[in-house]
Amino acid sequence: MSLVSFDVFDEMERMRREIDRILGEDRTSSWSFPFSRISFLPGRAYRAYPLMNIGEDQDNFYVDALAPGLDRDTLSVSVTGDQLVISGEKKPLPKSVNSELVHRSERSAGKFSRTLSLSSAVDSKKVEAAYVDGVLKIVLPKMEAAKPKQIAVKVG
Amino acid sequence: MTEKTVALTTGNKGVPASAGEKSLATRDDTLYIAPPVDIFETEDALTVVADLPGVPRDAVDIRVEDNILTIKGRAEYDPSGQTLREEFGLQGYFRQFQLSDAVDQDRITAESRNGVLTITLPKAEKTKPRQIEVKVG
Repeated sequence: MSLVSFDVFDEMERMRREIDRILGEDRTSSWSFPFSRISFLPGRAYRAYPLMNIGEDQDNFYVDALAPGLDRDTLSVSVTGDQLVISGEKKPLPKSVNSELVHRSERSAGKFSRTLSLSSAVDSKKVEAAYVDGVLKIVLPKMEAAKPKQIAVKVG
Repeated sequence: MTEKTVALTTGNKGVPASAGEKSLATRDDTLYIAPPVDIFETEDALTVVADLPGVPRDAVDIRVEDNILTIKGRAEYDPSGQTLREEFGLQGYFRQFQLSDAVDQDRITAESRNGVLTITLPKAEKTKPRQIEVKVG
């Protein structure tokens, strides 16, 4: 018998993360998509929160995060170079509620933080964020140097 | 308060509702997500809190029919730019709960804020606990 403590939940969690990491490399491909949402043990397992959709065009990155019911005071969005950090807190049920009188508790609550690496640097001064109906929408303008340039080919 | 699972039908095309059960909803071609809810009780009321991100206030549809509370919402969401990563999709929300007679159905109120819908279902007078004095004569 091994003396090293073995926690089956930690092992499962590690395995799940590994699967997520492998599949998560291209989440836009259709078959990997549902796996990004599976959580073996809801409540215990780590899960990326908030869920995000990321888009890009010539000038901007668009990050939309699904985060209903956040406290506006704790919600923070910060940008350094190509790193975007979103953190905040979702309030649990008020303490005045007697736990014996809770019939269902499915909405998650707690503090979270998620970091995202974008493929190029963004102009942190021009980043705009809006929180509408529980969806956080962030527009991140790319740095001039990172924008694609059209080069005219001279035919001589 | 129990969850109501009603067969959603599309008239002749879909699966018929189970015998004796009236179909309460008609499925259109859109997909629905059952929103996660918290349900808790206070002395005067039952409160249902549901996460409906992306649903504007006027696109929430709450109704009580035949003792069934229906929560419906239509999300308005358009991703911008060319998609690099997609972790969520937003369409419609739909969930039903069977109410007991203990709820005063005329006084139900709802509030929507930051994508969180709070429905307050006041308890009917008769079901509130009442202290009965015992007279010793």
